[in-house]
Amino acid sequence: MKREFKASINRALNDANLTGALGKFSEAYKVNRTKAYEGIDFEDLRGRIAEAKSGAACHLDEVAETFRMNAEALGAKVFRTRDPEEVKQYILKVARENGVKNVVKSKSMATEEIHLNQALLKEGISVAETDLGEWIIQLAGQTPSHMVMPAIHMTKEEVAEIFSKEVDERLDTDIPRLVKVARNELRPKFLAADMGISGANIAVAETGSIVLVTNEGNARLVTTLPRVHVALVGVEKLVEKFETVVPILDALPRSATAQLLTSYVSIISGPTPNDDGSLKDLHIILMDNQRTDMAKDPKFKQALQCIRCGSCLNVCPIFRLVGGHVFGKVYTGGIGTILTAWFDELKKSEEIQGLCIQCGNCTQVCPGKLDIPEMIMEIRRRLVLEKGQPLVQKAIFSVVNNRKLFHGMLRAASVAGKPFTSGKFIRHLPLFLSELTDGRSLPAIADKPFRDIHPGIEQPKGKEKAVFYAGCLIDFAYPETGVALVKLLNKAGIEVVFPEEQTCCGAPALYSGAYEVAAQNAADNIAALLEQDAQYVVSACPTCTVALAHDFAKTLEAVGRTEWLDKARILAGKTVDLATLVKRLVDQGRLSFQEGEQLGKITYHDSCHLKRTLNVSEQPRELLQQAGYELEEMFECDMCCGMGGSYSMKLPEISAPILKRKLKNIKDTGASLVAMDCPGCVLQISGGFDQDGAAVRVKHTAELLAERLKD
Amino acid sequence: MYEQFKARAVGVGAEVHRVTTCSDAVEFVLSFLKQEGIADHPGIYAVWAQGPFLDAVGREVLRGVPGLSFEVTRERAAQAKVGISDMSFAVADTGSLVQDQAAADQRLASALTGIHIALVPTSNILADKTSLFSRINPANSRFIAFITGPSRTADIERVLTIGVHGPERLIILFVDELGGEKR
Ligand code: SF4
Ligand code: SF4
Repeated sequence: MKREFKASINRALNDANLTGALGKFSEAYKVNRTKAYEGIDFEDLRGRIAEAKSGAACHLDEVAETFRMNAEALGAKVFRTRDPEEVKQYILKVARENGVKNVVKSKSMATEEIHLNQALLKEGISVAETDLGEWIIQLAGQTPSHMVMPAIHMTKEEVAEIFSKEVDERLDTDIPRLVKVARNELRPKFLAADMGISGANIAVAETGSIVLVTNEGNARLVTTLPRVHVALVGVEKLVEKFETVVPILDALPRSATAQLLTSYVSIISGPTPNDDGSLKDLHIILMDNQRTDMAKDPKFKQALQCIRCGSCLNVCPIFRLVGGHVFGKVYTGGIGTILTAWFDELKKSEEIQGLCIQCGNCTQVCPGKLDIPEMIMEIRRRLVLEKGQPLVQKAIFSVVNNRKLFHGMLRAASVAGKPFTSGKFIRHLPLFLSELTDGRSLPAIADKPFRDIHPGIEQPKGKEKAVFYAGCLIDFAYPETGVALVKLLNKAGIEVVFPEEQTCCGAPALYSGAYEVAAQNAADNIAALLEQDAQYVVSACPTCTVALAHDFAKTLEAVGRTEWLDKARILAGKTVDLATLVKRLVDQGRLSFQEGEQLGKITYHDSCHLKRTLNVSEQPRELLQQAGYELEEMFECDMCCGMGGSYSMKLPEISAPILKRKLKNIKDTGASLVAMDCPGCVLQISGGFDQDGAAVRVKHTAELLAERLKD
Repeated sequence: MYEQFKARAVGVGAEVHRVTTCSDAVEFVLSFLKQEGIADHPGIYAVWAQGPFLDAVGREVLRGVPGLSFEVTRERAAQAKVGISDMSFAVADTGSLVQDQAAADQRLASALTGIHIALVPTSNILADKTSLFSRINPANSRFIAFITGPSRTADIERVLTIGVHGPERLIILFVDELGGEKR
């Protein structure tokens, strides 16, 4: 990673204003958003939006043409182009023809995308942003840091400073007063402008309408006062039917700012009269700039379902730490990474794609139903295809692809690591392993891996068999979790078999974009795990479970190894996470816990993959309570702990504050025990407490449950 | 539905009132203008946009009210303290008002002034956007405007502040007698 990029991250992290404002905002956002969506079936709503928008994206060309015909029939002039350069030329031409000297703009990301302001200024045309946030950053000479709240990174002191310069008068930091200043300054600009430039939140093909959504009312003035109105619309804003406006208006304000509706919504269909009685000169530019290509790409087509609400930024643990500017100049956050890779170029996303920790928070709230982490993974894959894997990673993955060598080295590490071990942790591992296991303090490699312990466990030999997929961490660092799993299933009469040939689930390779390596891991594991005829394949690691249940098939398909697909699906069908299986067994009365003892307070940390990819969050909670614990929920229980595979090694400056926050939330519950269902989280959080020194025990749920089984 | 509308609209900072007859409405407006000290001077006069309410009551009854004018130009609207206009529909679940504002004076009176008084037929309160969308049609309304509460921003430190470009007060007056479905 370039030094410059690291420096920008550190600058952002050290900016207390920025992290303070974003942290507070994202905490409040969560509560407010939930309230705004009360009584609404969010899944149904976003299903309708995703369907309508993906429908339009499927035949973008036709829909754009229908829009053009209908809008032109109403008297608008519609210009379609793929090329951002042509957009600028067109607007300059309209300006020239109308003798335009002053432009007022309502917020438009599309104009940011093509750097329109510079083009206008170069021609001697003055441009005023009129959205308050946009105006602030325009005066400050900055770029927006959030697509809905462009100036969220600035303090009132900074704004007062900037405004003071503008009005040549010492202003204090009274916010209502600052807003008044903006009103007074911008009012004459509205009245004097000869051209208004806006974006559009929706463009309806059926009726030739554009829909503008604002709170401040500036879009109403921009479209009313100047004689000429130019609307720059990215073609992804197109929908076919007028009725689709309803679900989008239902979701956009709720998701963006937790409002039921913004103060103003304007549906403009063709030119309206000016106040002098003449008819408005209305130009609508439908801009492509890679969007059609995106629509044709099966992996990225879904990006056109985005309604630009910004909620993915509001819930992103990375964005709330570093803010928008680290991501680049126009679009920010996870969705911004994707748009940058397309609208700018793939190479521009090389560094910022690494910021995503793949926690899935954004996916859960996105009203357009975008799978942002999945698309970012695909960007990683394409970058690797284009540029090849970095040498160090290549070396590691060549080891990972050779099970015998890999496991041999892990064993060796248990010996080699000894001099560096302090208690259960190693602080410096040989490089090739540190990339694999990583974390703040790393777990000591166990003296005896689970694969060596397993044959010595005496088990009931029944008809019912479960194949245990351990994953590297449980096998080599936390064999006790595996032992607990065997104990739990044995108790219900299930025999646990452990195929020796199983190897790394491929997640480290996959999340680094090394799909070939991941595919080989997938094939090896499928062969090993399906050899035994068992009812279930069970794992106590959510990342591994996701690999088995979701990623194997996708990865094999991506690299064209389709001969494995059928078997991958069979494996996926058998795969279950431990908490779900145990809950089922308890409900069936096949397992029960000791009664009558109060075990005291416990808190539970949701692991990203378990909660959001596998949708499991209630089962472990219920089990822990049934086992006798009193559950005390922590604040932001489902926020990522900062582990994220090799993330904590590559971006420790981001991972560390995320972990710190998690530790604080755990401590704040007053519980002396925290449970979780992912060995990766155990590694991260126990490593954190090891350094923090607080007396909180960190346990995998499996171990806590196994201790409480009825004899 | 009136109660639901009222709760939602008040929730976003609007002031909601209701009268029975058109002459009650006139009286409400006049006493409001008086209370605000409306007179024939820049910054403290009022503009009233063309619309069904004025057609219904007739302009004569309002002629000669000091500081009130029916001429809504951009300059006059920009300096007016109060703007008065009608809205066609009220949407209960979001507390929104909706109107075909293709006529520029409608928009000027409701967008540039400091206080916006909106007159709405009580019988035109609709439950939600879905029922609204069956009544509006872009084919015959070129500028459909939704107004939900006064103009607002939270762009400085996320602090909610009212009245950045548009009105800082939105006063909604339901008139029972006005009848429904008129534009
Ligand atoms: S990706 Fe989803 S959450 Fe993010 S801005 Fe787009 S619609 Fe909103
Ligand atoms: S997956 Fe998590 S880290 Fe990645 S963009 Fe989404 S919220 Fe941010």
